[in-house]
This record gives sequence, C-alpha cells and structure tokens, in this order.
Amino acid sequence: MTVIVSGAMPMGNLLKNWQIQRRQEAMTGYGFMAPTILIAGVFLFLPILYAIGLAFYRVQLLGEVRYDFTGLRNFIRMTQDERVWIALRNTVEYVAIVVPIQTLLALFLALVLNRQIKGRSWFRVAFFLPTVTSSAVLTLIFMWIYNSNGLLNQLLSWFRLPTYNWLGDPAVALKGIMMMNIWATAPLFMVVYLAALQDIPESLYEAARLDGATGWETFFYITLPFLQPVTFFVVVMGVIGTFQLFDQSYIFSAGSGGPNDSTLTIVLLIYQYAFKNLDMGYALALTLMLAVVLIVSTVIQRQLFKEQHFD
Amino acid sequence: MKPFRWSTGILYTVLIGYALVTFLPFAWALSTSLKPLSEIVAGGIHLIPQNPTLENYRQIFTQEPLFGRWLLNSAIAAFFITLFNLLFNSMAGYALARIRFPGNQIWFFLILVALMIPGQVTLLPKFLILKSLGWLNTYQGLIIPAAINATFIFMMRQFFINFPRELEEAAALDGLGRFETFVQIVLPLAKPALAAQTIFVFMGSWNEFLLPLVVMADPEMFTLPLGLNAFKGEYISYWNYIMAASMIFTLPALVVYAFFNRYFIQGVRFTGSK
Repeated sequence: MTVIVSGAMPMGNLLKNWQIQRRQEAMTGYGFMAPTILIAGVFLFLPILYAIGLAFYRVQLLGEVRYDFTGLRNFIRMTQDERVWIALRNTVEYVAIVVPIQTLLALFLALVLNRQIKGRSWFRVAFFLPTVTSSAVLTLIFMWIYNSNGLLNQLLSWFRLPTYNWLGDPAVALKGIMMMNIWATAPLFMVVYLAALQDIPESLYEAARLDGATGWETFFYITLPFLQPVTFFVVVMGVIGTFQLFDQSYIFSAGSGGPNDSTLTIVLLIYQYAFKNLDMGYALALTLMLAVVLIVSTVIQRQLFKEQHFD
Repeated sequence: MKPFRWSTGILYTVLIGYALVTFLPFAWALSTSLKPLSEIVAGGIHLIPQNPTLENYRQIFTQEPLFGRWLLNSAIAAFFITLFNLLFNSMAGYALARIRFPGNQIWFFLILVALMIPGQVTLLPKFLILKSLGWLNTYQGLIIPAAINATFIFMMRQFFINFPRELEEAAALDGLGRFETFVQIVLPLAKPALAAQTIFVFMGSWNEFLLPLVVMADPEMFTLPLGLNAFKGEYISYWNYIMAASMIFTLPALVVYAFFNRYFIQGVRFTGSK
C-alpha cells in the first residue's frame, strides 16, 4: 500500500491518522479472532505440545497427579507390547480392505448417479441416509442384524450361502465392522465424486466423441485423469478416517476389542491404556505413533499419486 | 416415449438395488422397534410386524429414568456447540479474509495445520487439561473444546473472500462499526454457508461418541450415544427396546438433514473439492 503525500503540512497528521487506523484494524482483527485463538490455544495447540512432552513421562493420575520423566522407556515398551502389534495389524488390515472398496464403490455410484435419469435427487437422498446416522446407532443396528439368528444369516441361508457367528467368531468379527463401514462411508465420498464429475467440461467429451472415442476410452482418458485430485482427497480422508476406527469396535466389543482381540484397533488400545489401565504417558506415546503413521501414510500417498500423474 | 434401452434398465436395477441395500437395515431396525419381544424371540423374517405396538417406545421413557435426561444433555450440547461454531467460525473466517491485522497470515497457516490434526491425537492431553480446569463431567467440558472448527473457519474464509466489498463500504459510510456491519450486513448474506455449517456441526456433535465418553463419567451427564451404549449393556437381549431407543436417537438428525438437505450437498461440495 502506497501513501502519496503532497505538501509538507498535513504529512504528520496523515501518518498519525494512518497509524491510528492501522492499530484500530489490528484490534478489530484480534477481537474477531479472540474466541478462536483462545479455544484453539487451550484445546488444540497446547494439547499437541503436551502430547509430545508427556510421552516421555510416566503419568500418575490417581490421587495427586504426578509426572516422572522416563525418557524413551514408553517407546521401547511399545515395540515389545504384543497388543500394540495386534492392534496395528488389525488396523492396517482394516484400512487396506476398506479404503479401496469404499473408494471404488463411491466412484461407481457417482458415475451411475451422474447419468441423466429420473428420480436422481431422490436416489441421492436415499443413498445418503447412513452418513447422517450416528455410528452408535449404526453399530447397534448391525449387531442386531449380525446376531446368530439375525437377518444377515437368514438371508445367507436363504441363498444357501454359509452363515457365520459374526459377533462371536474372531475370524469374522472385524469383517463385519468392515462391511458396515464401507456401507456407511461410501455415500459420503460418492457426493464428493459427484461434485467433481460436474466440474468436467462437457466440451472435452464432445471433442472425444468427434474423434470417435468409445465410452470406455472417454472414461479412461478423460474422466479418470480428471478425477485424480479428488481421488487423492478421497483416499487420504479414507485412510485417516479408517485409521481412527474407534466407536464401532468399542460398541461392538463393549470396549474390550474382543472376541479374542480381533476388533482391537489402535485408538481403542490407546483408550484402554489411558482410561482402563490409567497409563496416560504410555497412551500418549501410542498417540504419537498414530500421528506419525498418519503423516507418513499421507506423504506416501501424495508421492504415489504424483508419480501416476506423470505416466 | 423413448424406446427401452438395456443400459437404462441396468442403471435402474443398480440404483434400486443399492437403495434397498441402504434402506434394509433401517427398515429392519424400525420393524424390530415395533414388535413385542415374543415376536422377536419366535424368529423368522417378518419385515412387517404381525402385532405392531408402540409399547417399546413407552417402556424406554418409563422404565429407563435417565433416557429423557440423555436426550436433554445431547440437545443442550448440540445446540450450544452449533451456536458457538456458527458465530466464532464466521468471525474468525471474516477476520482472516477481510481484516488486515499483524499475524493474519500466521493464523491462517495455523488453521490450515489444525485442519490436518485428527481429534484422536489431541484427545488425551485435552482430557488432562479439562481435568485440571475441573471441567470433567460438565457441559462446558463438552461444549467449549468443540466450540470452534478449523474446517469451517477455512470454509468461511473462502466464502468471505469472494464476498462483494461494496456492501461493507456502504455500511461503513453509514457509520456502522465493524462488528455491527458483520452482524447486520455480512452474516445475513452468508446464510447458505451458515446453513451448511449448521447441519455438519449439529450432526457431528449429536453423533459424537469418543469425546463425551472421555469427558462424562456420571450416567446422569451422558449424551445419547453413551446412554445408548449403556442401555445396550443393560438390556442386552431386549433388541426391541434397543432398536426403539436407536430410532428415537436418529429422528432429530433426520429432521435436521431433511430440512437442510440442499445445503448439505453444497457443504460436501465445498469441503470436498477443496
């Protein structure tokens, strides 16, 4: 911003006015920001510093709160803790199966819904229902459907397919949660894809049609490349969301991660250590590990998507 | 009348099939909530109850004395969290978009960083801070940490950046102060963005499970998701009650969703396309 001053006399006044105005603007700005700065400071930025610091302590919560510095002991303990490996394996398996399926399903549904068809908005609203329903309710509904004489097993036996003890069998309990989550999350990403599909310029398709491209060719050479940034967004959000799996396994297993640790996830393990074993320092160290895993996986995905872009 | 095409037929089959997949669990839950326990124990797939009854709903409110309280707690928390978010996120977004103050860029950068931090990472320190404030097991312990949201501060900033400046200048010439201009001129024109925010924040706080689980220890202070979980433990084989409670819990969210549906899609679009 340049201030052009002509004549010597008013210059001092102008400068002073300008300074007062600037100070007023600054005060207004901070006035508007005050609630955010206060709340984010206390409940967002301070906790991060706290987490990093306290992961090196043993925290005694019962009675008088006590902190004992233990150095790297929490982190060393992590590598020897069998339940950490179980939770990590469950979570990674969960992410690896759920994210690709829900992404493909979302893309497929969006492509179908993007066609000019009657009742399109009605279908969108219908598909969206699971996304607005709480995870607690969804989990209870599915537990009811999964019980050994429940709806799912009845349907499976109707089609002469094998039935399972979805709630009690360690081999399939996590699969049950996976199915539920794919079902519940795919519609959200479907809408994201729908929005992106509408941003693809129609002229590209017209040009392709003039060149005699088939439907599949336009899909692979126009639609898919155009959707790549959105796919990155969907996959990253999917990975972050699935890595944080908690509500479903907590309600499903009544907080235990059972049967036989088969639904134990990282966040559930962190919760158990913090509030069941009251081992806050160790739980914080596990939280830091989760944060690092999330950051690293985001960076890896970014790299993967970048490389594909240059193919 | 267009001639029948196979592709259209397949399209509708897929759409209707998936709509069934979406609806069946809800229909089954609703149906269960209207059946007496004897019909459930008898087994068999009857989507339409043979002896429909509202008895289960009555039982929840009369037999479970805390159910009404949980409903109230959830409503209080969701109401204030939504109100504060609308006000604070808009104020911060407006300041970041429109007001030149030292540190503007730094705060914007910090908001972007905050966007990327999942709530689970800050959960335990948040608990420790709430504990030392003496806010555990209180409404403010649930409401204040959730009173702002980086995603919507970012969204409001993007909204206000594209907002015509002339209106504010006209208001300033009329002698309105910055805050009066904001409340009287700017906010009313931001209704679509505020509506999208309302629906997301309301749904988020209404459905939140982990934070109340950590903050609230006393069953009297439970919100509905926690209450429902406790309810499940208590009435483990009374699926008729559990499903009735689930339906009551889902209804307010559905009403809000039906009411703001248009803005919901807009909001997803806004947050989705970055």
